[in-house]
Formats: sequence, C-alpha cells, structure tokens
Amino acid sequence: MSDIRTIRFTLNGTKVSKVVEAHETVVDVLTRKFDLSGTRESCRQGLCGCCTIYVDSNPVSSCLMLAWFLDGTDVRTIEGLADGDTLDPVQEAFIEAGAFQCGFCTSGFIMMVKHLLSENPDPSDEEIRHRLAGNLCRCSAYPEIMDAVKIAAAKARSVAKARP
Amino acid sequence: MTEVFTSVGRSIPRLEARDKVTGRTEYVHHLRLPRMLYGKIFRSAYPHARIKSVDKSAAEAIEGVFRVVTIDDIRTVIPHPYYGPAFHDQPILADGKTRFSGEPLAVVLAEDPSIAEEAAGLITVEYEEIPAVFDEVEAMTSDVLVHDELKPASTFADLKHLKGRKGTNIALDHKLLRGDPEAGFAKSDFVFEHVFRSQQVMHTPMEPFVSVADVTGDRMTLHTASQGPSFVRIEIARLLGWPENRVRVKVPFLGGGFGGKLYIKLEALVTALSLLVRRPVKISLTMEEQFFMVTRHPCTFRIKSGVNKDGKIIARTCDIAWNGGAYADIGPRVTQKAGFTSAGPYDIENVRIRSSAVYTNRPPAGALRGFGAPQTAWAYERHMDMIAEEMGLDKVEFRRQNLLRDGRPQASGTILVDAAIEKSLDKLLDIMKWNQPFDRGSGRIRRGRGIAVGFKGITSPTTSVAIVNLYADGSCGLFIGTVDMGQGSDTVMAQIAGEVLGFDPTTIKVIHSDTDVTPYDMGTLGSRSTFHMGTAVRLAAEDAKKKLAELAASVGMVPGSNQPISEIFERRYGMRAGNVIGVGSFIPEYQKPDPETGQSLKVTPFWGVGTNGAEVEVDMETCQFTVTKLVNVADIGRPLNPKLALQQLSGAGIMQYGFTTTENMIFKEGQLTNASLADYKIPGLLDMPREWINEFTDSIQHDGPFGGKGAGETTTIALSPAIGNAIADATGVQLMDLPCTAESIFQALKRAKA
Ligand code: FES
Ligand code: FES
Repeated sequence: MSDIRTIRFTLNGTKVSKVVEAHETVVDVLTRKFDLSGTRESCRQGLCGCCTIYVDSNPVSSCLMLAWFLDGTDVRTIEGLADGDTLDPVQEAFIEAGAFQCGFCTSGFIMMVKHLLSENPDPSDEEIRHRLAGNLCRCSAYPEIMDAVKIAAAKARSVAKARP
Repeated sequence: MTEVFTSVGRSIPRLEARDKVTGRTEYVHHLRLPRMLYGKIFRSAYPHARIKSVDKSAAEAIEGVFRVVTIDDIRTVIPHPYYGPAFHDQPILADGKTRFSGEPLAVVLAEDPSIAEEAAGLITVEYEEIPAVFDEVEAMTSDVLVHDELKPASTFADLKHLKGRKGTNIALDHKLLRGDPEAGFAKSDFVFEHVFRSQQVMHTPMEPFVSVADVTGDRMTLHTASQGPSFVRIEIARLLGWPENRVRVKVPFLGGGFGGKLYIKLEALVTALSLLVRRPVKISLTMEEQFFMVTRHPCTFRIKSGVNKDGKIIARTCDIAWNGGAYADIGPRVTQKAGFTSAGPYDIENVRIRSSAVYTNRPPAGALRGFGAPQTAWAYERHMDMIAEEMGLDKVEFRRQNLLRDGRPQASGTILVDAAIEKSLDKLLDIMKWNQPFDRGSGRIRRGRGIAVGFKGITSPTTSVAIVNLYADGSCGLFIGTVDMGQGSDTVMAQIAGEVLGFDPTTIKVIHSDTDVTPYDMGTLGSRSTFHMGTAVRLAAEDAKKKLAELAASVGMVPGSNQPISEIFERRYGMRAGNVIGVGSFIPEYQKPDPETGQSLKVTPFWGVGTNGAEVEVDMETCQFTVTKLVNVADIGRPLNPKLALQQLSGAGIMQYGFTTTENMIFKEGQLTNASLADYKIPGLLDMPREWINEFTDSIQHDGPFGGKGAGETTTIALSPAIGNAIADATGVQLMDLPCTAESIFQALKRAKA
C-alpha cells in the first residue's frame, strides 16, 4: 500500500492535521477527510477550475496538487470566504448579477475573481476574460459572470473610497 | 387590460442563491454514506467484439478490493438485466459482446476509490473482434448487426409492432405524409436537393454523472443526479420486480443536466451492485467517462424542395438518419419529435418525412437540449439560404413568404397556435439592423451575416403532479418532482404558487424530488416544466386556496379577511395543528399521430420558437473566423422570471455555439480520440462573441401558467445555421457539415476553386 504521512496546515484560519496517503489529491482530502463540499472535482485534469482554492494566497487547481504538499501551508476554500453571516463582496456580486445557474462551477469562479480583484481592482474586460479563461461553466453564465466581476470591483472601490 | 401580478413576471434571485455562492449547495457529487463502497468501471477496448473471457484475478488480488463484478454476478440479483426508456436493449454490464468501445464491462468495488481504480486497470479480457458499423447511413443497409433483435419496452404501445424484429439496425422509422410531394416536385419550377450532417457531441455537465444506491431490508434508496426521478423509480422497480413503493429515488440539486441525466444512466448498475453486496454503492464518472454515457445524435439529413419561380415552396421531402449508437436510449423519441418538425417552420402543402433511428457501434445518443431540433434546423435553414442564393431571392423575404403562421396547419396537421414565428423574425431583423448597409470587407478579411428560424414541438402527452402543503403556522411547502439543474425551476415554481396564494415566493419552501414524498412528474426535460409542472403547481395552489377558504368558512371566518392563516387552523383544531393540502395534476390534450402519415390534430401542447442571427469575420488566407455578433430572439410566452429566462436563452445559445464551432467527438475506427476537456473544446470566456444579445418576443402562451412556457432549448434550435449562413455570406462557400471550422472553410474554398 502507499505511504502515509501526517500533514499539518491552516484550513480557513484553523490549524488542522490529517493523515494522508501519497496519491491523495488536495480536493480528495478536502472532500472526504474534511467534509468540505464547496471545492469540487470535475475534469480532474486542471482544465475547468471547479476545484480552485488558495494555497498561501495563490489560486491552485486542487485536483492537480498532492495533499502531502499542503504541509505547512495556509489553505483557504470557498467555505472560508464569508465572515460569519456576512458574505464576501464577490459572493454578493455573484448573487446580484445572477452569475450562475447550476452553481457547480461557482466556487471556483468566485475564488478566481477574488484573486483577480486583489491584484487588479479595476480590470478591463479583456483582462477579466483572460484571467478567467481557465474556469469553465457549462451552464455558460459567462455574461453574468462578467457583470459580477464589475459589480464586485465597484463594491471594493467604493469601500476603499469610504475609508479615510 | 393588463393583468397585474405580484409574484410572477419579477426577476427575483434564485431561492438557493446564497447556498450556491458559499459552496453549500447539496449535490449527489459529494454524498457519502456509512459503509459505502465505491465502484470503478472497467470498459471495453473494442467497438464490436465477442467477450471470450474475463480475467479478474489480478484485480481481486489487490488489498482492499471488495469484489469484482461482471454481468454473470448481476444476473444473480437481476435475472433480466436489460434496461432503457424505449427499448430494453442495454445490458447493465456488457453481456457476451460489447457494442461500443468504452462500454462498461466490469466493476471493481472498494472502500477506497483509488484502490478500485487501480484494480480496474488490472482486469484483462480476451475479445474476438467482429466487424463494426459506425456511420448512420451505412448502418441502415449494413450486414453488420448491432442487435440481433429489437426489444421495445412494453410501456410504449406504439412500439409494440417492432418487437422481435430481426436483421435490421433501424430501431424506429417515423413517417409523415401530407399532400403529394412527388406530384408537387413535378409541378415545381425548380427542385433543390442537399445533404447536411451534424456531428456527435456531448453534454459535459460540470457535475459528472453520479449515483448512489443503498439497499436496506426490502427497500432500495437511490440518491442520484437524475433529471427524471419518477422514471428511475418505475424502471428500477421493473428491473427488480418490486412494487414501486419499495424503491425510493432522491434528487438534490444537479450540477447541470442538459438532457443527459435522463431516464436510466448509472442507476441500474449501482442498484445491482448494492443488492449484490448489501452495502451502499457509489459510482461517480470522470469527465472522460461521461463521453461513453450519452451523447447527442449525429445525423445525416437529405432534404429536397420543389420551389416555384415566385419563391413559393410547393413540396419538400426530408430523409433523416439518426446515429443512435449502440443503445436506443430515448433516440426513437428524438427521431419522432424532431422528425415531425424537420421540414421547418414553413407552410408547405406537400411534405414527406422519413426519420430513422439507427443503431451503430458508437457510444449511445439520447436527449440533448433541443431533442434533435438543432440538427434538423442546421439542414432546413442552410437549405433555405442555398435555395435563395441559387434563385437570387432575398433570404428574408423568401422565408417570410413561406412562413407558417398561427391558424395554419403544420406538416403534422396540428394547427399552429401561440407561435410567434414572424414576430420573432421581425425583432431579430430589427436588432441586427438588417436593413442598414453592411460592410462586407474586402481583400483578406471578409464579413458576412446570416439569420435562421427554428421551431420545435414538445414531448407529449406527459403528466405532472404537484402538492401544495399549507402548514398550521401559515407557511407553505411545495412538493414537486421537477429537478432544479440550474434552470431555476425552484424559483419559478415558487413564484407561480406565490402568485395564486398571495405569498412572497421567497418564503415558499420547495421540497426536492424524493419519490416517497413528491408526486409523479414525467421528467425535467424538453422545455416542459414551466408549462406542465407550472400548470400543476397553479392548480395545486388554487386547490389549497379553495380548501383554506372552506376551512375558514367552517369556523365562521370570512374568507379573504386579513386574519392570519394560523388563526384559521387554531380555531379549527384548538391549536396550531393540521394541514391544508392542495393537489394539482396536469396532462395536456393530445392526439396520437397516425402511424403511416404522422397526422394529428394535437401533436404538441405548445411550440418552441426562436430566431437567431450571426455576423462573422473570416480571414480568407488562414480561414480562421470570428463570430462578432450573435443575436437570439425567442418566443417563451410571458417570461415568469425575466432574468432567469434570459439566462436560459443565453446559456443554451452559448452551448449550441460550442456545438457549432468547436465541439466534435472524433473517432478513429470506433475509438474516441478526444474524451477530455483538453481536446474536446467547450466554450470559455475567451470564446464569447463580442456582441451577445438575447431577447424575447412580447408574447403570451394562452394556456400556459400565467401565459408562460418553456425556454431552456429555444435558442439552440437555429443558432448553427445562422452561423453557417453568415459564413457562406462572407466566403461564398457552403458548409454542409457541423462543426464549422477553419479547416472546413479551407476545404470548401479548395473545392470551389477546383
Ligand atoms: S477539477 Fe480541477 S481543474 Fe477541473
Ligand atoms: S453554473 Fe453550472 S457549470 Fe457554471
């Protein structure tokens, strides 16, 4: 049988540890060992973005990363975005724009959009399209996703402005 | 007089929006049960081969493997392990021979899915290859037989005569005859004949197919990503020989369906496995495996029209072969339903249609957003443009002159009602600015534009039942079998119930499919839910309202007074107790078409109508093309939630845009070569046309709930020919086959030069 190892990392702000096997991917471990269902495996090949999470603040396709490598990292998933009952502005923007149908791809999109806006608070259409090119939505909520990014960007800017 | 609504007609957000953005939506995808085993499918390596022996020993030797299962094991729990909605032709696992490469042949069960996967790779099979047939036209007359005899399901009376038929790959022939087409051709000034082809494509829902079966005692519970829980229960009960009440089918939200997750898919297999091992069993397909589950029919369509000098179409014949792959699935219904509208939305006196479902050694084909209508429109709308081009007629006026209008009989004889075909065309032309000069470009970059008109009938007759439960505190539960797979049915159904009851729709709780508690529904398919289930919900809410008024009267309260509902219950039962239950059941009027002529006074409950327009830019040197503008106009009756309806139009259009330009399952000798999102390209954000416009006509479906009807397929119907027509307009060459690619333009230009 494959090797096992205990990994320790921070998951949505909480220190955790888990015994994982060598072949287990991050999305497997999040789903089966931490009961988090917001991160989803779809293509299993790094092609669809449904499984996007942050590892040390960088967006990662969790279907392509082996869980061993989580040791010592800071992991954030969709479940860690809202602050209690207060949604992240990107989540709010997705509701406002109606930027999903079945919702299966939504976690991945929201993670990617949030990351995009953290790097570029006012992206052009072209930049948005390029940065989200690795996320696929078969329901094709693309026009509404574009709207959501803009709404979220505007929200973030107005919050920034309000700050003294 | 305009009606005033408080609930329908408003763009309220989806009821489940918050769960969807926080990652908490419930899908079968992540369901796990105690003691659950994972199944991993081993698939056949040949498209057509006898299975001489299966060696399971290496797989069984892996530590952690619980069991390796073949059809022989399945037979011990299900003696006749064949299923299907139209024909009982599909074995739960390959039985004696394999009929397509990728067919499930064995399953490994293990507690750890990666062990199951590893072990499945160690199974070896000795095959004896036999000749195979892949092309639908060839299969119609081939000596290679995919099935030895036809096995129609007894549930369909109209297929009975096919029982036991041997020596053919034609599962079903749908015929329609109106007038005398041969005489019509004889007296026409011109006759045109073309052959068009559509390729094989797949749904690729982001949540891949997944089912869990859990047998306990004498009950079977299925948790499955299915669009048709009622059918699953009926078919599983039939396979097991159990009464339906021992089978329970539960469906939460779906991560997309698009017609793929209909009828029986993985459910029969997990049921058999769970019975064998008496533990819960889950099978989740990978993205790659989805390509072997169900696809959209490729088809070859020969269309012939007789036209007079003045542009009047006198006669038309349509010969369509649908490549159903190895198992019929719902293909025979696609053949019929798309067959009868395959002459297009035109008023033609003489029509003959022959639409045939054909078996081949490819992965099975079933329903996919449009039920065959998009493949037929690709042919009839390209054909219209090619005729106009050759005769020098204006493409819009040629259509307008022949368009079907309300009050006129369609080819089936059914009179057209509430089908805003011309209105939709007018609106499209308006948005396209058709009458304004268009810059066609010169030199290397050429531009073109095209339009197309499509329509479809709706599967009939089908039944929906709904229950409205008013609880003693005055809150409301809505029990329906409609599955919300992203189309927003929960929200719209709550809006319909809310409208009748005077409730805020966001306070209504929609109870998801659980066949133990939710009543029968034929399935979430073919744009039927808003019309059928919507009507059932309206009736159920009216029934509840009436009963509540009676209850109020019985305790001396004035019906319609402002007293809270809870008070009625308190007065009646002395405390907050009891329920008021309203039931609504709906089946539309229908007349079975004549088997020889396809004629019927009521073949469809309503019509799906849409027009599409495209502008393209083609680089004449590289043949790369860009769709710069796409416009979709749909008649969906009154939009009950305009925002959600527009999303449906938009999403369906983008999907069809993929089917038009990039998606294509490519086979080499029966082996699928591109079963991955890497090589099978679905649209992403970068592929979106620069201008993307969706609109609906100002229409009302007079017998739909609050004037509404379905919207999930309309924009798919004629989108491909709009693009094909635009490419022809830009380049001067005609594409006959889907998808439209730079290569196909290049080849067409080369042929034109030769
Ligand atoms: S599942 Fe990870 S990118 Fe598709
Ligand atoms: S909302 Fe269904 S896949 Fe994106």
